[in-house]
Amino acid sequence: MSTNMDQVDFTESADATLSSRKDVSLLAIMWRHPSVFWGGLLLAVMVVVAVIGPLFTVDPVALNPIKRLKPPSAEFWFGTDFLGRDVLARVVHGAQVSLVVGLAVAVIAVVLGLVIGLVSGYIRWLDAVMMRVMDGLMAIPGILLAIALISLSGATLVTVVIAIVIPEIPRVVRLVRSVVLSVREEPYVEAAIAAGTRTIPILWRHILPNTIAPLIVQATYICGSAMLTEAILGFLGAGIPPEIPSWGNIMSEGRTYFQLTPWIIFYPGIALALTVLAVNTVGDGLRDTLDPRIARKM
Amino acid sequence: MLGYIFRRILATVPVMAVVALFVFLMLRLSPGDPAAVIAGDYATAEDIARIRENLGLNEPIIVQFTSWLGQLLQGDLGISIFTNLPVTTLIAQRLEPTLLLALTTILFTLVVAVPLGVLAAWKQGSLIDRGVMLFSVAGFSIPVFVLGYILIYVLAIQLKLLPVQGYKSPFTDGLWPFLRHIILPTITLSVIYIALIARMTRASVMEVLQEDYVRTARAKGQSEFKVLMKHALRNAAVPIVTVVGLGIALLIGGVVVTESVYNIPGLGRLVLDAVLKRDYPIIQGLILLFSFVYILINLIIDLAYTVFDPRIRY
Repeated sequence: MSTNMDQVDFTESADATLSSRKDVSLLAIMWRHPSVFWGGLLLAVMVVVAVIGPLFTVDPVALNPIKRLKPPSAEFWFGTDFLGRDVLARVVHGAQVSLVVGLAVAVIAVVLGLVIGLVSGYIRWLDAVMMRVMDGLMAIPGILLAIALISLSGATLVTVVIAIVIPEIPRVVRLVRSVVLSVREEPYVEAAIAAGTRTIPILWRHILPNTIAPLIVQATYICGSAMLTEAILGFLGAGIPPEIPSWGNIMSEGRTYFQLTPWIIFYPGIALALTVLAVNTVGDGLRDTLDPRIARKM
Repeated sequence: MLGYIFRRILATVPVMAVVALFVFLMLRLSPGDPAAVIAGDYATAEDIARIRENLGLNEPIIVQFTSWLGQLLQGDLGISIFTNLPVTTLIAQRLEPTLLLALTTILFTLVVAVPLGVLAAWKQGSLIDRGVMLFSVAGFSIPVFVLGYILIYVLAIQLKLLPVQGYKSPFTDGLWPFLRHIILPTITLSVIYIALIARMTRASVMEVLQEDYVRTARAKGQSEFKVLMKHALRNAAVPIVTVVGLGIALLIGGVVVTESVYNIPGLGRLVLDAVLKRDYPIIQGLILLFSFVYILINLIIDLAYTVFDPRIRY
């Protein structure tokens, strides 16, 4: 009985979505939104630079006191910093930190937010408590929360990721919860409940699939904002320590000499802005394709 | 309506309680001995003992919480570890620059973002519309401090139009020096906020422009300007004002960075200096203050709807 009901509903909803859905393959999205193509291309270039770039650059921490604060030249494309380190090498290595932080924060925040959102959207008594906690967490300014957490735990790659994840969770929870609340009133979920399906299979099979499209879009935005936050933390001197070059801490060290050597801030700054722009553009394109209802409004 | 207002005010209590509990637990649940972490690498045993005493870490956690909460409710945010001054005194000293910067930023944002959003919605698909959308994507991608340094480089260092850094008080240094120093920080801090509000204004005005009453207004020969201002913008105001309130969170985060770039002695610098010295009472006090302000502003906006918008009745 239960499987029968599930199947009927499944095919019915599948038909409904099939008829209204356009081709969502990656190539099709890129064809319809040229900005996604350029954003994706830019992002791909950044990933390639981050992965194989370090093989072609000099040591990013090698000191060269004679060649301090040199402007960009044939030898040092991006110039050198106050310790004579090659800024190009540091920017290329910094790409790794930014991309790893962006990706890690997006994945962890989405997974945690998904679990909390599913459970609290479905279990009513928990919902009230969870939402007050999330409201409270959202009222704390994210950057302040992150720097406070880091100041208490010391700055490493792991603590920086955790500190950026925590303020991002409530937004994911709210998104997931809103999907759950609307989907749980759908006839196929009511039918599954009536057929005696237990809570976990309902969440897994009927509710979870509806959250995937909005979550993919949300994840790209979180990735972009996490890269910005990481750079801000680094810039403020509360991020990953300068032994590991990151775009944020390169710029932080360049501040003192800004009037003399503005390129130390501009090169990593441009790299960061372009990468975040690429991520956000891809996010906008995905949103337009996966969620046309919101897309029309924005 | 009074009942709703009362309930809405009451609803902020659990949110503030969660903020307070979170800030309280953050220190106590952090790995290792928080007093040793705060004291730093070169601390003596006496330093650590003094900090533990200052933070009341020797008491049982329940006693700590009740006495901490009791002080908090009386407006006592504790004593700074490094300066030995009450946190409230330190906040009062630094309040003016931050408050004025926030005000100029909100004013500038509204003056720029709302007309841009209305124009973009009116001429949907035009060059202006595309420009606004491009700006709103770019605004969310450029880090605040990079933008700040670009502005400093071009306008202050190359063109020498404005001072590079610093802050002048309008009360003691005069209005003109104040304005000259506040222009660049205001623009820097506004960009992300303008991006957010222009986008929201465009979206909600676009929706209202499709309503029947807008078509009626146009049909009876109302001028386009009046249609946009009286019929469209006024009816689109609720979501716009909501986003202005929610955007305060962006503003608070941006203040810390902007004050650091432009060397403005405000609350943002206070919290940053406190983080670098691990002066936890200051960090904690400022998180509480900023969260409180954010909750309060959004409460006021919510209540303003019920008073000013006759469509909303509870």
